[in-house]
Amino acid sequence: MASVSKSIQTTYETRKLIRFSFHWIQKLVKQTAVIILLLLFWEVAPRIGVTDPTFFPPFSKVVEGWWGLVVSGELLAHFQASIVRSFIGFGIALLIAIPLGLLIGWYPIVSDLLNPVLELFRNTAALALLPVFILVFGIGETSKVAIVLFACTFPVLLNTISAVRNVDPLLIKSARSMGLPPYKLFYQVILPASIPTIFTGIRMAGTASILVLIAAEMVGAKEGLGYLINYTQMNFQIPEMYAGIITIAILGFVLNYILVSLEKRFSAWKTNQ
Amino acid sequence: MTDKIQFDHVTKIFKIRDVEKGKGSFKEFTALRNVHFSVKNGEFLTLVGPSGCGKSTLLDLLGGLSQPTSGKILIDGKQIDGPGLDRAIVFQQYALFPWKTAKGNIEFGLKAKGVPKKERSEIARHFLELVGLSGFEERYPHELSGGMKQRVAIARSLAFDPDVLLMDEPFAALDAQTRETLQNELLRIWEKTKKTIVFITHGIDEAVYLGQRIAVMTSRPGTIKQIITNSAHSQAKEDDARSTPEFVKTRHQIWDLLRDEVSKSQNDHKKEHSA
Repeated sequence: MASVSKSIQTTYETRKLIRFSFHWIQKLVKQTAVIILLLLFWEVAPRIGVTDPTFFPPFSKVVEGWWGLVVSGELLAHFQASIVRSFIGFGIALLIAIPLGLLIGWYPIVSDLLNPVLELFRNTAALALLPVFILVFGIGETSKVAIVLFACTFPVLLNTISAVRNVDPLLIKSARSMGLPPYKLFYQVILPASIPTIFTGIRMAGTASILVLIAAEMVGAKEGLGYLINYTQMNFQIPEMYAGIITIAILGFVLNYILVSLEKRFSAWKTNQ
Repeated sequence: MTDKIQFDHVTKIFKIRDVEKGKGSFKEFTALRNVHFSVKNGEFLTLVGPSGCGKSTLLDLLGGLSQPTSGKILIDGKQIDGPGLDRAIVFQQYALFPWKTAKGNIEFGLKAKGVPKKERSEIARHFLELVGLSGFEERYPHELSGGMKQRVAIARSLAFDPDVLLMDEPFAALDAQTRETLQNELLRIWEKTKKTIVFITHGIDEAVYLGQRIAVMTSRPGTIKQIITNSAHSQAKEDDARSTPEFVKTRHQIWDLLRDEVSKSQNDHKKEHSA
């Protein structure tokens, strides 16, 4: 009797295991089906003459070109150039925007003074300023870093300001009732309460940093992914051009994924509120 | 018994925007007028009144979060000049810090008091146990039910060992059963800790069940209409304390006192709407 029930249990567990792995595969298939279909279309369409293979080479050719760029070390060099610029600009933006945002959110006088300027700048498209930045900072690294800095500052700044302003007044009242002096109130209540909203700004800035940088590199640069795309297009290295585009797409995807997971981690306590 | 808290002819007037006269003009709004009463050391006083009678304003004044326009509020004979850890407020909406665990929330008040780090953890555990939440130390507020959150809030207030506990309709947002449980718990904790408690409520039953004395407030501008010594209070521990003759009698007495005030405040509202 015991052995029977044992064997039943084993089969049940195995079945559960199978069902689990099946479920996992199902999920994977669901999530990748359309992408695979698109890639198949990309591969087949030029081969059967639906599109012109010169301008739209098959996916395998693009992968080949991509691999060529990897082996020659060219891709890494461009990738590095882009990522360094974008990280420096992004980093400086955080160092400026978060403290400034906290000040503006907390002190009405700072807000009154700076608000008109901010309104003006934040409604100016970053790329519209690129010619100015090139004029002032030259065609080298500084102008690229500066434009990334400009583009990243505003999402972080505006989110930080609204984070500080939207802290639950009851929490402030509660902390004040415990006799907390203003500076402690600030870093023990205002700051932790603001972090999730600030992080939303950081995520938006991360996306913006790549976007603006690529555009900037297309206009005036000697290396970088944006330069690579523009350069290969002009030299008619079409597979390499697509290779560059795919690299940017993956970079953007990975960066966003990292920032979204960080954001989730920092705002875990906000769920179900 | 000595007086712990004294309200000495306290009046609070707010300046509010006058909508009728247009932008930039203000009118005066009397929230409390000539409030004069005292609370004894170790006493459980409930304060009941119609909505908008200034109960919460009174509590803010007592908590030192705002200053009276005239009159004085004394604690142990000394005038209140701001918030302090000799008084703790328990809010209706818990006011827990959502990024801190249950234990972290309790330690927050202890940190404000300057208790060394090592002792904080021990004290926090002790008070979580007192409110029946042992094992929930590492839970975040969003992982707790309303009743549990309020238990944590009460533990937080008790942990830094204030003389006076000020409670602003703390059980109003809870369901009836949880409320009754917490009322009993509160009485138990009060007997154990001997704190002076000022408990604001709009529920007559709650006021009679909890308070040794019950202060009935008038409608706006709020003032103390009458303070009733609650003869039903000693029976609170009985199984069905809410149906003893004393309870029913006191309940009725307060209901009579409040009835006029409620209709008065409703008429006020109607007048405002028609104007």
